[in-house]
Amino acid sequence: MSTDNQLYTISIYTENNVGLLNRISAIFQRRKINIKSINTSISEIDGVSRWSIVVSMSEEQIRKVIGQIEKQVEVIKAYYHTDDETIYQESCLFKIKSDLLFEDPQIQNIIKESHARIVTVNRVFFVLEKSGRRREVDLLYRELKPFGIMQFVRSGRISVTKDELKVSPILVAFQA
Amino acid sequence: MQTNTITREKVVTAKTERLTGSEAVVKCLLAEGVDVLYGYPGGAIMPVYDELFKYQDRLHHVLTRHEQGATHSAQGYARISGKVGVAMATSGPGATNLITGIADAQIDSTPMVCITGQVGSHLLGSDAFQETDIVGISTPVTKWNHQITKASEIPSVFAKAFYIAKSGRPGPVLIDITKDAQFEEFDFVYEKCTGVRSYKPVPNVDLAAVKNAAEIINAAKKPMIVWGQGVILGEAEKELKAVIEKAGIPSAWTILGASAVPTSHPLNIGMVGMHGNYAPNKLTNECDVLIAIGMRFDDRVTGNLATYAKQAKVIHFEIDPAEIDKNVKTDVAVLGNSKETLSLLLPLLEQKTHPEWHQEFKDLYKIEYDKVINNDLNPKKEGLTMGEVLKEINVQTKGDAAIVSDVGQHQMIACRYAEFTTTKSNITSGGLGTMGFALPAAIGAKMAAPERDVIAIIGDGGYQMTIQELGTIFQTKVPVKIVVLNNEFLGMVRQWQQLFFDKRYASTEMVNPDFVTIAKGYHIEAKRVDKREDLATSVKEMMEHDGAYFLEVRVEKEGNVFPMIPTGASVSDIRLE
Repeated sequence: MSTDNQLYTISIYTENNVGLLNRISAIFQRRKINIKSINTSISEIDGVSRWSIVVSMSEEQIRKVIGQIEKQVEVIKAYYHTDDETIYQESCLFKIKSDLLFEDPQIQNIIKESHARIVTVNRVFFVLEKSGRRREVDLLYRELKPFGIMQFVRSGRISVTKDELKVSPILVAFQA
Repeated sequence: MQTNTITREKVVTAKTERLTGSEAVVKCLLAEGVDVLYGYPGGAIMPVYDELFKYQDRLHHVLTRHEQGATHSAQGYARISGKVGVAMATSGPGATNLITGIADAQIDSTPMVCITGQVGSHLLGSDAFQETDIVGISTPVTKWNHQITKASEIPSVFAKAFYIAKSGRPGPVLIDITKDAQFEEFDFVYEKCTGVRSYKPVPNVDLAAVKNAAEIINAAKKPMIVWGQGVILGEAEKELKAVIEKAGIPSAWTILGASAVPTSHPLNIGMVGMHGNYAPNKLTNECDVLIAIGMRFDDRVTGNLATYAKQAKVIHFEIDPAEIDKNVKTDVAVLGNSKETLSLLLPLLEQKTHPEWHQEFKDLYKIEYDKVINNDLNPKKEGLTMGEVLKEINVQTKGDAAIVSDVGQHQMIACRYAEFTTTKSNITSGGLGTMGFALPAAIGAKMAAPERDVIAIIGDGGYQMTIQELGTIFQTKVPVKIVVLNNEFLGMVRQWQQLFFDKRYASTEMVNPDFVTIAKGYHIEAKRVDKREDLATSVKEMMEHDGAYFLEVRVEKEGNVFPMIPTGASVSDIRLE
């Protein structure tokens, strides 16, 4: 099994309980693994949360970490996948001075070519939203940087897997 | 909170009762069959103590002298009985004082439920007096924990806590209850928890894996078993013995596996690990099949993993999937409860004896006996050895006592030389190595098994970490036998300083008080021995004494524990001197 580090997306299905974030993050902290991004949301199953955690680790290490995550009482199932095995997106917001939008035609071209979306515009600023792969977000960031970005924020990765994740049958099996 | 418990059996079938949260706590404990709990009161848990006062005829609360003592007593209770130990404390410092015991129970898979009081829910996060985030603090060292802020949560959370603590691979659970939830009234009904939807305590057994394991074992020329506490927790002692005997496999144990098979059993070849026996350590690297049962390949067992059993096919019987391939790559993993998996394995095994392979263990035992064991048990030199004290205890108890040891040299000697006839008899802090464990753990063990002799064997260092529990012994009159092996050193650290730090004895020499006087101050019968000729009579006097007894044995100051696998060395490089 490979001992080289690579990027993995961990997908976890859990109960939605206070303190579980602490419990999951402690598994990484204890092994001194830096979490690159983390996102939790509802999932396709009622009352079940879905986590996406991005980390850079070796496969040998991540298998053990998955075992430790699944061992937690309130975790239903955990998976790890490489980028090739998932469809993934990030989202970001730029807050930029409105003057630029009207005065600099170049910025309009950037927005158009990047397929970014203008969320709101007022006299002082406008907000631009872009979803996509990291490199697309990074490219847009580099292009807008020279104009002056008032605020920038990027979300954690969210991802779905190409393969089927059979979580519902697991829940049924647990109850058998 | 979503408890998501699945099926429930009703224990209290009567209609609901109007109760306060604190009375509900006591009712929950009674419904779970708790007869004794260990704890220490304080502001935020006082309503529950008020109820304990009312129920004291049915629920025995033992006031320890420190909350750490409460956890270790609960552990001792759990380890000897297999039942869930219960400890209780107030908020803030009371709660944080539980942490060492909780961490110990977590790493040694001991079922325990800890209950802490918490400041009122309106004060949470306000840095209130004696407020601490005990749920946050205890998260990494608990199997599960939960904060209750509403009385109505109490029955379901307690039911879930006891279920989680005891099921699958056991562990500690902490319940934190705000003071307002203790006062609040609600309609109480208790239903036992029989499942949690996100939690699979025992994996399904894969029959193909069992069959595969049997085939490998049947084809083996030099098979060896290393069993751990999983056998005891799974109550699979009988099944293990049957497997060992049918397949004729030399079998060694980890420190927490001790006593699952009697010491005198001819196929019991002793302890593995850093201070384990010579033969099983050496031959780990000679066997062709290594069968690990309910053990987790701790670094103190394996030494350097790069040179551990590389020649062998490894079969791992284990309840916790996270342990598979964690430290040692397995060829066959047999998941499940050891009682079930070993039962399935047994009929598939061929009757074997492996006489030549056994002879290799006997030959190496002879070497260890001549170089180490004989000198420990039958010393010719003047100073008393820890080993001869254990030998005398074996003689007088006939191996029927439960031995509760602390951490250090005396622990290794106790585990090496104590002879056991009964399972669940070796109670010691294995994974965490918690000094101060033994005295309070012995209290809990004796209370859970009053019919048994319980002997705490403690070093002079660890003894002074929880020495205040003599007060608990005095107050409860629990008849534990306490043996302090006093070498006036933190002996194990001193041994390492001697071997690896050129005898620079940094902060390991102890200037000790008069232990006998201290014990007598607690009205505990006490005696000191420093001569070999007095040892036997003193141990006899201790065992025959009706009540608690303290025996201090002055042993040689600079005795060392051998064999020894130095940290990071291979099991093959085990040293005899």
